Formats: sequence, structure tokens, C-alpha cells
Amino acid sequence: MRVGASSGGFAATVSRTREKGSDEGLTMQADAVFFWIFAPILVASAFAVILARNPVQSVLFLILAFVCAAGLFLLMGAEFLAMILVVVYVGAVAVLFLFVVMLLDVDFARMRQGFVQYLPQGLVIAFCVGLELVYVVLGFGPSPRAAVAATPSGTLSNTAALGEVLYTRYFYFFQAAGMILLTAMIGAIVLTIQHKAGVKRQDVGAQVGRTPETAVEVRKVPSRAGI
Amino acid sequence: MGVDLSNYLTLAAIVFTIGIAGIILNHKNIIIILMSVELILLSVNINLVAFSAYSGDLTGQAFALFILTVAAAETAIGLAILVAYYRNRGSIAVEDINSLKG
Repeated sequence: MRVGASSGGFAATVSRTREKGSDEGLTMQADAVFFWIFAPILVASAFAVILARNPVQSVLFLILAFVCAAGLFLLMGAEFLAMILVVVYVGAVAVLFLFVVMLLDVDFARMRQGFVQYLPQGLVIAFCVGLELVYVVLGFGPSPRAAVAATPSGTLSNTAALGEVLYTRYFYFFQAAGMILLTAMIGAIVLTIQHKAGVKRQDVGAQVGRTPETAVEVRKVPSRAGI
Repeated sequence: MGVDLSNYLTLAAIVFTIGIAGIILNHKNIIIILMSVELILLSVNINLVAFSAYSGDLTGQAFALFILTVAAAETAIGLAILVAYYRNRGSIAVEDINSLKG
């Protein structure tokens, strides 16, 4: 099956970056170094997103968090997703946030009023959620099937392998994602469009609805007289 | 000392928890709430990609791509609603948005 072969190719790229001949230990060490560079920055910037006084700072820290996550994706061998994260998220979504924050003249000081009041509740709920997640992570064990699936075969790049999966096995999901984006685009336009009075606009319905009876007037013109 | 799956899972759990806490702490500022939702979706993506790399199966990355798509659409719609609401009311404070209740 083609899809199975391509996912094997992905495993090959991962294991190639992990092995690289005799200096396997060195590569593993570089993995760890970069993980311990990116992960603390990601956590710190996530904290800064929710704690910053100014929402503009929050957006900038959100961008930093996305960039760190893209670095982690690269570390895991998901090059295409890392690039998509930088291009789509940092380039489009974060800038959209920045536009809205700067566009709306909002009193952000008033919005921070309940912060200290709700701090205990927030900490309790975050603690409960974190405890559940720790429980899940601790109870996690490797399945025997995973080790079998990771055997390297083939030499497809990550992007090509992802494309092969996306355009074959998940084709309908892919089309549905496109429809979702189209719906979001139309929805955003409809929500924010403004019609100003006094501006002449094209009325497509009136144009298409014209018939010969309403548009053309036939007159009998006498010879040498004109209308 | 290598980096294995549990490191990534722990990181994703921490970011998820920060996102949940952000929603509760900034419950008056809907822009920060949207950003916290983005953080939560990012942590889910880290989980999916970590499992994908661990098991050598591309399904996780395909679904991470779909999550990115849906998150982008959600952000665009949410911010458009915010802009439209601000035009109508002149405020986006969450406690003022109560005219739809029953």
C-alpha cells in the first residue's frame, strides 16, 4: 500500500536524523540541547501570554510561543508543519490578532479588574487539569506495535510523504478543510463589510434581470426626419 | 540524555494547563481568551506530532494540519465577530455581552 510505504519513509527520515553513522550519541545530545532551549522558552512565553498587562505584549509572546513550537516540530521531524506554523500562524493569525488589538480602542485596564479575585479559582482548576494530565502521562506505556511501525524504509521527504497521505487516504477531510476555510472567509467578510450610503454600487440582480421589454425601445423613425 | 515521547507529552500538558488557567484568569478580556484557546490547540498539535514521530505514522501530522486549518478559521471568525460587535456597541467587555440571554 502506498500510504504505508510513505509513512515508512517518514520514519526513515526521522531515524536518519537520529542516527547519522557513528555519532549517534552526539545527535541525541543535540536533540536534547535544542529541546531544553525551546521548551522552557515555550512555557515562559505561554505564561507571559496570559499574564501580560498589555494585549500587544500578549500577541508578541504568542508569536514567540509559536516560533518555539515550530522549532520543536522541526526537532520531531515534522518539517512541513513547522513551516506552516511559522507562515500561517506567525504570518497571518498573529498579525490578525495584532490588527484587532490595535484597531479596537478598548480600555484594557478595566478588563484586568477581576484578575486577582479569580486567581485562586484559576489556580485550582489549572491544578486539577494539570494533575489529570500528569496522571495520563505517567500511565502511558509504549505499545509493541509502535516499535514495529518505526522501521525505516524508503526515502521520501516529510512534505512529500504528508502530501501522499493527505491526497489519498484523507482526501475528503482535506476537501472539508478547504470548505471550512471558504466558509470562514465568507463569514468574516459578511460580518465586517460596511455599506456606506451615497456610494453607487453594482446591482447584479437588476443587471441580469433586464429583459428586451424593459431595456430596448423600438421606435418607428420616419425617413429623412429623425427622432 | 535523549529526548523521548514523555518529554513532549509533559510539555504539551504544561502548555494546555497554562491555556486553561489563562481562560479563567482573563475571563473579562475576550482577546486573551482567544489567545488561550490558540495555546490549547498548539499543545494538542504538539501531542499529535509527538505521537506521529514516535510511532512513525503520518496520521498525527495530517490531523495536526486539519487542526491548524480549523483554528485559523475559528480565529478569523472570532475576530470578525469582535470587530462587528465593537462597531455596534463600542465595547468588547465580556460582561457587557449579555443581550442574547433568554
